Amino acid sequence: MRLKLVPDDTNIDFFKHAKATFGASCVAMVLSLVVWLMLGLNFGIDFRGGTTIRTEGSEQVDVAAYRAAIEPLELGDVVISEVFDPSFGDDRNVAMVRIQAQEGQESVASDTVAAVEAALSEVDPSITFPSVESVGPKVSGELINTALLAVGAALAAMLFYIWLRFEWQFAVGAVGALVHDILLTIGIFSLFQIRFDVATIAALLTVLGYSINDTVVIFDRLRENLIKWKQRELRDVMNLSVNETLSRTVMTSGTTLLALIALLVLGGDVIRGFVFAITWGVIVGTYSSVFVAKNIVLFLGVKRDWSKPDKTDGNQFANIDS
Amino acid sequence: MLQIPTWKRIFIWAVVACGLILALPNAFYSRVEQANDARAAIEQSGATAALEEQAAGWPDFLPSGLVNLGLDLRGGAHLLAEVQVEDVYASRMDGIWPELRDALRDARDEVGTIRRVDEGGDQLIVALSDPAGLPRAMEIARGLARPVSTISGVGAQDLSVEGRDGQLIVQLSPEEQSATDDRTIRQSLEIIRRRVDEVGTREPTIQRQGEDRILIQVPGIGSAEELKALIGTTAQLTFNPVISRGGDPDAASSSRQVVYPLLDEPETYYTLERTPVVSGEDLVDAQPSFDQNGRPAVTFRFNPTGARAFGDYTAENIGSPFAIVLDEEVISAPVIQSHIPGGSGIITGNFTVEESTQLAVLLRAGALPAELTFLEERTIGPELGQDSIEAGQIACLVAFVAVLVFMALSYGLFGIFANIALLLNVALLFGLLSLIGATLTLPGIAGIVLTIGMAVDANVLVFERIREELKTARGPSRAISQGYERALSAIVDANITTFIIAAILFTLGSGPVRGFAVTLGLGIITSVFTAIFVTRLLIVTWFDRRRPKTIEV
Repeated sequence: MRLKLVPDDTNIDFFKHAKATFGASCVAMVLSLVVWLMLGLNFGIDFRGGTTIRTEGSEQVDVAAYRAAIEPLELGDVVISEVFDPSFGDDRNVAMVRIQAQEGQESVASDTVAAVEAALSEVDPSITFPSVESVGPKVSGELINTALLAVGAALAAMLFYIWLRFEWQFAVGAVGALVHDILLTIGIFSLFQIRFDVATIAALLTVLGYSINDTVVIFDRLRENLIKWKQRELRDVMNLSVNETLSRTVMTSGTTLLALIALLVLGGDVIRGFVFAITWGVIVGTYSSVFVAKNIVLFLGVKRDWSKPDKTDGNQFANIDS
Repeated sequence: MLQIPTWKRIFIWAVVACGLILALPNAFYSRVEQANDARAAIEQSGATAALEEQAAGWPDFLPSGLVNLGLDLRGGAHLLAEVQVEDVYASRMDGIWPELRDALRDARDEVGTIRRVDEGGDQLIVALSDPAGLPRAMEIARGLARPVSTISGVGAQDLSVEGRDGQLIVQLSPEEQSATDDRTIRQSLEIIRRRVDEVGTREPTIQRQGEDRILIQVPGIGSAEELKALIGTTAQLTFNPVISRGGDPDAASSSRQVVYPLLDEPETYYTLERTPVVSGEDLVDAQPSFDQNGRPAVTFRFNPTGARAFGDYTAENIGSPFAIVLDEEVISAPVIQSHIPGGSGIITGNFTVEESTQLAVLLRAGALPAELTFLEERTIGPELGQDSIEAGQIACLVAFVAVLVFMALSYGLFGIFANIALLLNVALLFGLLSLIGATLTLPGIAGIVLTIGMAVDANVLVFERIREELKTARGPSRAISQGYERALSAIVDANITTFIIAAILFTLGSGPVRGFAVTLGLGIITSVFTAIFVTRLLIVTWFDRRRPKTIEV
């Protein structure tokens, strides 16, 4: 007896509500943008400079007491947050203290860190500092540029590759889906104020990779079916392709999500934000392959009949392989 | 239809076997690590029975390459330092000054009397009493310039000389500056490496990053603070003539004098001549020791040049004090009792034994040519790394089991084939990582878990395709071969796109992100290999044996 998540022959009309689903995606993108602009992102020290100190003590974390201890040092913006993880016992209480980059200091002041550590030790004598990380404003500025460059380069490379292998409509569709995935991921990071750092950018790029992977598999089938069914409506052929690959889509997303959820729950708190970004992105990316990428291709239309000369194409050699 | 040539079968199994053997050491991580360390120790300082025994813990004939654990998994310190390359310009100017001074004095009739008026920056400014002599002075200064000794600076001179308002301005030419910068960074790298090696930690990473930065990662060190103390000290040792002693930090009466505080009494200041008699570059050895009163001290020895300069100076200045200066602080200022010809000496001060040992290390490794500014520093405690490894291992295991069960349930026997391929895939991935000596980071573990999830994709594509072909094709064997053939383009396109992303991450990322990119990229290669070749071989072998009339995928 086989486990079948998807029946053998499906005939779901994915594009019945094409305008509605695409509209919903657009609304979600706009909402993400609005949330992003209004709440901003909770940038980690990678992007804004500063110091984070991870504390671990046997006593319950008292954020107010920590704050009161650090306040007299006048370090400006200090964010203290408790960290929870199912693997921590009662005697392991972890918190993250983030201190903004200090005015006029390029390099990281070690006495600042020492002062904070001393102040916190007063509150909880058992406290230890398993990790201390500092990034100067100069480096953080560069990291932002590199991150933007990486995302931009990834999008451009995808656009180019898909255009090379498929048609330009497919490339636009695929990149549209990628932009959708990025925006929705940024949106959720902004909404829940999850820390956004270099690892998150890596996660975003991974999501791009996954999403494009998914999109390409369906496009590949679409390309094949377009050759096979020359007379059928584009919409029908697209539906057919999505239905044919549905089982694969569900299987692959299923195994990937299984693995990611295991990591999300058991992988420890240090990489939780990173894994969360990928998990969310896989879900969004699977959705966008069908409802954003395909919709865009549907709206743009695809040149079907290669035997007739293209009127808009003045190049006499354009149809050399028709 | 389903034939796979024998050479191909042998090749596939050979690759798998190689991968497994290369991955094997990682299964016995601590034992192999111990054996490797022991072998390195034997190589360096001779064998002992205990070391021999440890080295025998892992057989010689097996590969012993391990996946390196990144700082976030092992604990340690990470520093990103920027070398203040401009520092060197000033000392170059100080170095040129005596030569220029002598040359100008020789031509006193033409240029008049001279006075150095700059403050020790990257420009050497000399005021002439007779402005009419400026052209002649510039000519003399230009005569001191030498050709730049790099390929990019062919034909350029190392000094640029200008004259303005009766002042002669000498500075390094742009070509020489870039050549100097490069030399400074390389020297700094070398000296940092020597200092870190003196402490003897395992596998430190010390590499140049970009134009003027150095990345230092030392596993196992307690904190970035400790590492900074070790490498952040310039350790510039000089011996300067003393002009006067007092309590005024602004006592310098000319630009050729400097005022430094006494190390143990910050209220006391010494006014010294800026140009040292001898500097730390002429040291050949420094050792921690004790002075005649039994207090910790450092003994040192000069090279012949330093010894001659030091000997001459002490012979001429018996009875007057000279200062031993370390990084702009006077350690001590003894009075010269007699001519010191041998070129060796002792530095005393209020040292503890640790301080004298560290000072000896720093002096022996040499002074940093320029100051370092730290742009980024991270300390990760070993416990945190251990926690991360454990959490990662559990997550990997659970992800693995879940995916294996899911695949077996969905595809039956074919699912089992895919599962074998998946296990081999992870083994191959570890084999590859060990082979290239890659570093596994926490995001890298996430990359492996992600690979476990995604690696089945290629198999799923093929299996789904075989299912479809079974509906139309004639016979199972044709369905299988068609399935592989038709799924190939989707597999290739899908994986190339992901690989492009991994490549971009690798190029632009650093540290942990790069570790992630490596595992993701290699994971794609191994998963495509196992899906296209290994699973297919398994299926074909099975099919040849059984010759089933129908198959169920």
